[in-house]
This record gives sequence, structure tokens and C-alpha cells, in this order.
Amino acid sequence: MTKSQKKLWTGLFILAVLTPLGIILPEIFKAGDAWGEWGPDKLEKLLGYMPEGLKRLAALWKAPVPGYNFSGEGASTAVQVISYIASGLIGILAVGVLIYLISRLIVNNEK
Amino acid sequence: MHIPDGYLSPQTYVPLYGVSLIFWSVALRKMKKEFSARHIPYLAMAAAFSFLIMMFNVPIPGGTTGHAVGAGIIAILLGPWTAVIAVSVTLIIQAIVFGDGGITAIGANCFNMAVVMPFVSYGVFKLLRGNATGGARLYIAAFLSGYVGLSVASTVTGIEFGIQPLIASGPDGRPLYAPYPLSVAVPAMALEHMLLFSVVEGIITVLLLRYFLKHEPESVYALSIKEGPK
Repeated sequence: MTKSQKKLWTGLFILAVLTPLGIILPEIFKAGDAWGEWGPDKLEKLLGYMPEGLKRLAALWKAPVPGYNFSGEGASTAVQVISYIASGLIGILAVGVLIYLISRLIVNNEK
Repeated sequence: MHIPDGYLSPQTYVPLYGVSLIFWSVALRKMKKEFSARHIPYLAMAAAFSFLIMMFNVPIPGGTTGHAVGAGIIAILLGPWTAVIAVSVTLIIQAIVFGDGGITAIGANCFNMAVVMPFVSYGVFKLLRGNATGGARLYIAAFLSGYVGLSVASTVTGIEFGIQPLIASGPDGRPLYAPYPLSVAVPAMALEHMLLFSVVEGIITVLLLRYFLKHEPESVYALSIKEGPK
């Protein structure tokens, strides 16, 4: 790894450690969900009914770490912060593995 | 900007999967020609950067949140086709592992953030920078590249939300999927981004371009590609 790449990776890890700002700041400023990303329950409250198709598709996939949070809706702030940093690190690892696999398909070794 | 499962009808998400598939296969074919082993760490870092920057939810006080995507600066640094792959990989992991964006909406989310955004950003940067290789003009071009890229991507997302009530309603006339019409969805998505999130995107684009011009100027794709006769 070159020196400059080492510096960039370090920067990315610092960014991962800082990610909890992405949940703390919205809390401080009382900002709600992103537009169009409400959970089914929240949407039902907003509308007064549940769109039929949405209800059917919304339950299609159970993500292993929903919302970058390891312990569900009622988790304490400390747990959320730790979950968020861990998710950032898992994210770096997961995209790294996937990029590596894709690269093996496209890198021409004769070059 | 990550559309969850259930907000798009199959009439929308299936074609958008198709469009994204076409862009993925062209991108991989293009990369096969130019890509070598020394590019792999940069591709991985680009995807990791995009992943992390999207975790920084920026609040509009008392309102909603949004985030930068990083697709503009990735397109400037690595080229728009490479950015298609870097940001798509990020979005696919976010959907599958973290439930951020739906499984059915992977095609749509990739189209918005990993196709529309890098190409618009790259186009804006090329158009505005002219022959500048430094100075105010270059950085204004970089800011607007991020700003316009994310704003257009969010507008496209708003259109996808907004056409749902036109496409699919139940027998009682209620929408089956995303319930808000174009007149609500497009301004909501576009304005919140133009007001704040795209500004953040623009600033990030400028700061990173500055960093790379200072430390690894030869690595900046958009400045290394010469067009026309030399």
C-alpha cells in the first residue's frame, strides 16, 4: 500500500468513527425521517390508511442489521452510537469484499 | 433518497432494474478495458467513502433529514462509469445488509444515485471548468457538479415517487404504493436537497478535489482525460 493510500484509509476510518453525528445531530435539531422513507406504521399514521401494495412489499426483506442498529427501535443512544460505528466498519468491509470480487472479473492480468 | 420496498410499483421498479443492469454491464465492459490492479484500492475506497458519507444524516431543523452521496466527486476522480460501479456496490450492501433502500428498489436507487448523479455531476464539471486546472473556476465547477448532480438525482427520485398514484390505485381509488402525487413529491424531494443537502454535497466535492489536486494530481480522471486533437 502506498503512503498516500494509507492516509486515505486512515481518513475513511476516522469518518467511520464520526458517523454517529449522523444520528445525534438530527436528534438535537428534532429532524424526523427522510422524506419518502417512513416505515409502514409511520406512513399509516400520516395517511390514515395503509396502501395495499406497499403493505405487501414492505415486509419482503428482513435485513440483518435494519437501520444500522443492532438492537431495534428502543435502543439506548449509547447502543445506537456503537451500532452505527460498527455498521460503518462492516460497510467498509462488505463493499471491500464485493469490489474485490468484481475486480477479479474485470482485471486483465496480462496488463 | 433510498426508496424503501413498497413505495414503487412493479411497473416502476422492474424497468428501472433493467436500466441499471444495462449501465452496470456497460460500466464493467468499459472498466475491463482500462482497469488494472492498481485501481482496485481506489475503487474500494470510493465505495467505502460513499457508504460512510451517506450515514451522515444532515438535519433540516424541525423537519426532515438527508445526506450527501459522494457520486459527483467519485465521477470526477475515477470517471463516471467507475462511479456507477462504486456507488452501486454501496447501495446494494446498504439494501441487503442494513435495509436502507428496498430490495425491489435496488434498480431504482442505483439509477438515481449511481447513474443519474455521477453522469450529471461529471457533465456539469466538464462543461463549467473549461480548460481550468486550478483557481476559482475549477472549484466553482466542482461545487456545482456536486450541487446539481444531487439536486437532479433527488428530482428524479421525486418523479418516481410522484408517478405512483397515477400508475396504481385500488378499487377504492386509494394509491397502492407511494401515496403522494407529483405536485407534492417532486417539490419535497427537490427543494430539501437544493436548500441544504446538495450544498453539503458541493462542499464535499470541492474539499476532496482540493485534497487530490494537492496530493495526487495525476490521479484525477476528469483532468487527465484530454479531449480533441492534442
